[in-house]
Amino acid sequence: MPSDSGAFVTALNLILGLDPDLLNIVALSLQVSLTAVALATLIGLPLGAALALWRFPGHGVLVVALNALMGLPPVVAGLCVYLLLSRAGPLGELGLLFTPTAMVVAQLVLVLPIIAALARQQVEELHQEYREQLTSLGLSRLRMIPTLLWDARLGLVTVVLAGFGRASAEVGAVMIVGGNIDGVTRVMTTAIVLETSKGDLPLALGLGIVLLGLVALVNAGAYLVGETSRRKLG
Amino acid sequence: MNDMTTLSITETPALELHGVSFTHRGQRLLGPLDLRLTGCRRTLVMGPNGAGKSLLMRLAHGLLAPSAGRVDWQGRTPRQAMVFQRPVLLKRSALANLTYALAVNGTPRPERRARAREALERFGLAALEKRPARVLSGGEQQRLALARAWLLDPEVLFLDEPTSALDPAAIKAVEDAVQEFHCRGTRILMSSHDLHQARRLADEVLFLNAGRLIEHTDAATFFTAPASKEARAFIRGELVL
Amino acid sequence: MQHKARIALTAIGILGLSMAAQAQDGEQYITLASTTSTEASGLFDSIIPKFTGKTGIEVRVVAVGTGQAFEIARRGDADSLLVHDTVGEEAFVAEGYGTERADVMYNDFVIIGPDGDPAGIADADTIAEALQLIAEAQAPFASRGDDSGTNRAELRLWEAAGVEADGEWYRELGSGMGPTLNTAAGMDAYVMSDRATWVAFENPQNLELLFEGDEALFNQYGSLVISEERHPHLKHDLAGQWHQWLLSEEGQQAIGDFTVNGQQLFFPNAE
Repeated sequence: MPSDSGAFVTALNLILGLDPDLLNIVALSLQVSLTAVALATLIGLPLGAALALWRFPGHGVLVVALNALMGLPPVVAGLCVYLLLSRAGPLGELGLLFTPTAMVVAQLVLVLPIIAALARQQVEELHQEYREQLTSLGLSRLRMIPTLLWDARLGLVTVVLAGFGRASAEVGAVMIVGGNIDGVTRVMTTAIVLETSKGDLPLALGLGIVLLGLVALVNAGAYLVGETSRRKLG
Repeated sequence: MNDMTTLSITETPALELHGVSFTHRGQRLLGPLDLRLTGCRRTLVMGPNGAGKSLLMRLAHGLLAPSAGRVDWQGRTPRQAMVFQRPVLLKRSALANLTYALAVNGTPRPERRARAREALERFGLAALEKRPARVLSGGEQQRLALARAWLLDPEVLFLDEPTSALDPAAIKAVEDAVQEFHCRGTRILMSSHDLHQARRLADEVLFLNAGRLIEHTDAATFFTAPASKEARAFIRGELVL
Repeated sequence: MQHKARIALTAIGILGLSMAAQAQDGEQYITLASTTSTEASGLFDSIIPKFTGKTGIEVRVVAVGTGQAFEIARRGDADSLLVHDTVGEEAFVAEGYGTERADVMYNDFVIIGPDGDPAGIADADTIAEALQLIAEAQAPFASRGDDSGTNRAELRLWEAAGVEADGEWYRELGSGMGPTLNTAAGMDAYVMSDRATWVAFENPQNLELLFEGDEALFNQYGSLVISEERHPHLKHDLAGQWHQWLLSEEGQQAIGDFTVNGQQLFFPNAE
């Protein structure tokens, strides 16, 4: 077994050495996961809010389905997107397989249910409280959505972070649709899998530490923003 | 505030309830009742807990749809606002809560801040404009809710037990505010179970008991010679069953 | 709030564009489906730059199990295919997915086991005998169990040895070569690996090479040309150049020159 200090030394060397390969991998990881999360946020927040505000036949089924999809195994999501984007699949013409775009799509599939389902809960709670006042002000349900999302923003930051955590940690989906191509679609998690399979455990663990550090950085940033506005707005 | 009364040039349309009732899970909670409210009077809705005061306010304001009957504004639907027992304020600063309401009712952006500040001033909240609305005291929150209603320039103002959770000083502030609305020509429909408050404010009284409208009379008549035995018992401070 | 939404949209637009730009970068590239053994050993890192330097064509390697590599190629998601399952490769051509198959190189399989060699296979004369010894001793054996080229070869060897590979000692992992070696190291099990992965493997713990050299352990790699008729959209021209280069003197030389720890891992044998 490699000693833990070996992994930390490796991680430190990776960071301090500013290895260009590593920088590429880190940049691509962030690019893919942040894009997926941004898109999932843009779609998921209004979708969650709509589910919180409207009742229609099949509403319950949809909510349960969305909650269930939060547990969708990344490999299954990857496989579905693979079959979709494969040349033999319905969107094969686009030639997106084994590109970062395909990875964004796969992670979007994973993250969207999390953001939409958790946003629905948050918005629903706030809507209970705001409904009469906003109705009294003359707002339609459609016009309530931006208000509710904005006032629920502190909780929604956590929701988006949960989505980012899922996106940055998953490996099954990006491995299948990205192909782990060196310099093109290799991200932190797939690189870790590769190094593990090579038996280079210190390097794999070192990459893991770098990944953890990155996720921690993003979380710290969000935490600071959240705390500041919490202090400001009570 | 005499200059303000000139603002309401057109007359506020009458509110008519025809056979309105409200049923929840098979249980009738209110009505059927008929009612007509006109002018710029201060109408106090009174009655014991569970009489249906809040329901009546919500039906009249349009927050709830009646299970039967209809709520009619004669001619046109007037500008309305409602102040709740527990004020619902947005998670923003006091000022932002007011500019928000102005944005919703279509006030042009450049005017919003000045008008919001004016309202804060009027309700004694100028020093608190940057404070998060949700950390204000109960009385301050209710005044902010009144300031918000003020900005909407309502022709009809609904107040649902607006003082029941407040201390005397805050109650005074709310009652003063109600008077200001009244002076501006706003019709007031306010629920309360506080007889003294009703005596101070009411032009007329709607007395409800167990979901039925028992009396609709001038305040003077109601407090001196109530027609029903329920109202007589209520005024004497007895338990109304 | 609208303002913020606009900023967010712009940011996403920029991200998207930069991503599209990245995809456009290597206009001249092919996607090669290959096996984990070639990727993990570092062979491609060694030979592809030479090919790219000569032709300007980038080769993007998707390294998966042999079964998955075939499937990717069948669906038209790879321009070229380099695997090590001669039987499967011939079937691929026979089904009309490939038009040509050529031997490129070989390496060999080796049997790895715990340093005490509890089954005593180090002295065996043939691979069949070695496997029989393992089965008799009921010594733990870690099998890939993933229908990869290595896995298929291993199953054929058990069959040839007349041993039924079954029982608690025989553990199918359903993993790639590297993870299987990691697991074998953890449970002190015997395991069959391709030499390339083993030599490049950095977490051997107690494992060591115990048996090698039988001709039955020969592991042939083949390059396949994918049918233009079946998948007209693929980059057949570029893929053809890659295929020809692998078989050329230059390509063969590059394969022979690749070493790990001074040891040659692949032996070019194109005709």
